Amino acid sequence: MSVPLLDINRLSIDFVTRNGTVRAIDDISLAVGKGETLGIVGESGSGKSVTSYAVMRILDRAGRIAGGSIQYGGVSLHKAKERDLRDIRGREISMIFQNPRAALNPIRRIGQQVADVLIQHSQATRANAREKAIDMLRAVKIRDPEKRYEAYPYELSGGMCQRVVIAIALACKPRLLIADEPTTGLDVTTQKAVMDLIMELTREFNMSTILITHDLGLAAAYCDRLVVMEKGKVIEANGASELFHAPHEAYTRQLLQATPHRDSNVRDLLPDELRKEAISLPAQRTPGNPILSVRHLRKQFGKPGAEGSHLAVKDLSFQIREGESLGLVGESGCGKSTTSAMVMRLLDTSEGEIEFLGEDIAPVQASKFAAHPLRGKLQMVFQDPTDSLNPRWTAAQSIADPLNRLARDMDSKAREQRVVELAGLVGLPINLLNRFPHQLSGGQKARVGIARAIALQPKLLILDEPTAALDVSVQAVVLNLLEDLKHRLGMSYLFISHDLNVVRLLCDRIMVMQNGEVVEEDNASELLDNPKTDYTRSLLAAIPHPPETGKSAERASV
Amino acid sequence: MTSLTTTVSNTEIAPRSSLWRHLRHVVSENPVTGVAFLLFAMFVVLAVFGPYLVPFDPLQTDTGPALQSPSAAHWFGTDHLGRDVFSRVVVATRLDLLISVSAVAISFVLGSVMGCFAGYFGGWTDRITGRLVDTIMAFPLFVLAMGIVAAAGNTVENIVYATAIINLPFYARMARAEVSIRRNAGYVQAARLAGNSELRVLFGHIFPNTLPPMMVQISLNMGWAILNAAGLSFIGLGVQPPAPEWGIMVAEGANFIISGEWWLVIFPGLALMLAVFTFNLIGDGLRDLVDPQRRT
Repeated sequence: MSVPLLDINRLSIDFVTRNGTVRAIDDISLAVGKGETLGIVGESGSGKSVTSYAVMRILDRAGRIAGGSIQYGGVSLHKAKERDLRDIRGREISMIFQNPRAALNPIRRIGQQVADVLIQHSQATRANAREKAIDMLRAVKIRDPEKRYEAYPYELSGGMCQRVVIAIALACKPRLLIADEPTTGLDVTTQKAVMDLIMELTREFNMSTILITHDLGLAAAYCDRLVVMEKGKVIEANGASELFHAPHEAYTRQLLQATPHRDSNVRDLLPDELRKEAISLPAQRTPGNPILSVRHLRKQFGKPGAEGSHLAVKDLSFQIREGESLGLVGESGCGKSTTSAMVMRLLDTSEGEIEFLGEDIAPVQASKFAAHPLRGKLQMVFQDPTDSLNPRWTAAQSIADPLNRLARDMDSKAREQRVVELAGLVGLPINLLNRFPHQLSGGQKARVGIARAIALQPKLLILDEPTAALDVSVQAVVLNLLEDLKHRLGMSYLFISHDLNVVRLLCDRIMVMQNGEVVEEDNASELLDNPKTDYTRSLLAAIPHPPETGKSAERASV
Repeated sequence: MTSLTTTVSNTEIAPRSSLWRHLRHVVSENPVTGVAFLLFAMFVVLAVFGPYLVPFDPLQTDTGPALQSPSAAHWFGTDHLGRDVFSRVVVATRLDLLISVSAVAISFVLGSVMGCFAGYFGGWTDRITGRLVDTIMAFPLFVLAMGIVAAAGNTVENIVYATAIINLPFYARMARAEVSIRRNAGYVQAARLAGNSELRVLFGHIFPNTLPPMMVQISLNMGWAILNAAGLSFIGLGVQPPAPEWGIMVAEGANFIISGEWWLVIFPGLALMLAVFTFNLIGDGLRDLVDPQRRT
């Protein structure tokens, strides 16, 4: 690497907040060479996104560059004027954001949005903008680009929207592409398609890429070099496979360890000191009697045959035994959330039986189930810990809510005690109990959500992607907590996820769903090692495979 | 298992601060809000203690020569009956605030209940509320208020009801929108799982979360309500002379502008303007106060 395309030298960034100035980026240096793909990996709050905003000079008003320099092809970006920056953004450096739907203007046709960028940077005239935009849409492999030119963002799926965003970002053939979590929120198969596309195009146009992600596996699979960041500092920088095989820093090792892969078990994810203290798991469990039997479950949205009607779940049957964990895996739109909402009695069924603890609860209306005696035995942990806590309630109030409603025999003293006891069970420090959700970290919010769900000692807990919104190290701890709780409290889990690597850790059996139907169901290890259907195979193949590392390399270095 | 606790709390979180500290922060963040809160406090003090503070009885005539310009004895001058304008402006605060506060309170309560039901349950409740609100909005609002007062009779209560009715649609629409976007939020689903009945979910969980934007609406509406009450009195509906009320005072004084007795109109007009101004400014401050997220 002779002269790097982008050279960040000793950059520091301060944010002015209510409680004083916070240094978000502390003296970092990194460089991206021509045609190179650099991965910046870190957990939330590590400063990885702020770094990229500084390069684009789109920091919000509270943030300012406190020191250091950013050189891009001879231009000093850190002190460039707004007018010059406007030429650089989009033309020289462009960016792909996390949420493709939010990045597109919802009331403008997608083709026009691509054409806008071309015209803005004089890459096309009004006369040929349409044609060039269609070429671009074709380049990002959107089928039938002439027709899709006229589509609005809401008519496209998330993966398609991300392709359009990529088309916009690459329309002017910039020399540097910054992709900030480009596939978070997309299905694994879509993630693979989008990442492959980005890599193919950047290689074709000979562009440099910065991939910002929290997913070490993804970064390692696609990047030449990796930079690991923590709390505004660069912890380690190295070639992707070197970093994977021989991480130098403890933090990198911990991240690697916490990332679930093919043959880790749930305890392996924990940092060493926690793993030593963790209780040992009973080796082989013999599942008891079935506590939930779902038979011929169907859900029809809208009237059959009417326009916009949709058969979300078709004839679904399964069983969960006492003490068993069943994984429910599938891509978005496969009906897994609809299924869980029906089992949870938040949604009325169209047809079928849900037998729970010997009683068919399907005929009970969802809006009336709150008063049903089995309500407390059937609980759920939600996907987004932030969204699932009432922002106006303290942690203690949230945990106490089910007790106040359903534990009629407890007096207020006993309820208070129970809240403290629950906080202890999920490992939430007592002094955090009177904080509001926005004053808690993601992991703490997840604990509050779990404490609320187990407050009434449920028999069946539905876990709806309980760790999807969490950092890997927090995910590791939460998954272990869930595993412990299951054994201590004798619950059964229905674990819903799109991440097979996570499902494998907790589940005895796995059910794969596609288009409202179960396509495959088997023991966890059997299903993952010998998938019988193509669909399962394609799901497994889409999981990013980092350069072969496994535990062997990582163990060797410990 | 207990050891699992130690790893998560790596983010430093400021301790929960008191409401007072929060108020100080809100004010220091935006000095205009501070001014608005001060003005608001002044109006409240005047409304509560006004009659005891003023130098003259607002209804007493011939406290000095009629139509005297502002002087040391009569700060805002005297009117055509020799009443003290300053005393009348100050005492009028109570009546004007009373009308607007009760009107806004009624429309807030009724409007948000209607809007909550419409937004939460949808279906026929939504359709009925929607059409009702549309019907009210179809009339020019001030004309509707005039009609209601003219039909029901010239009393303070009727001004309150009329003002409440014309403000109802704003609350109903806002509550409906705010509730319907939260209807399927995660914490609402969680509340259902916790065994809350539908009504408790709606009023215990969703409605409190709609308060921050509603606060802005309330404060803006207070300004309108005052203007509306004064407007009704100005055209002779509603509050009757000799009761001190800003609208009537402006109406009575209007005749004297031509002859140069400007103080009859200017001072009640200024009071009216200042009150509306205060309520418009205070909205953002109130929102910041009731929003726990701002209370970091």
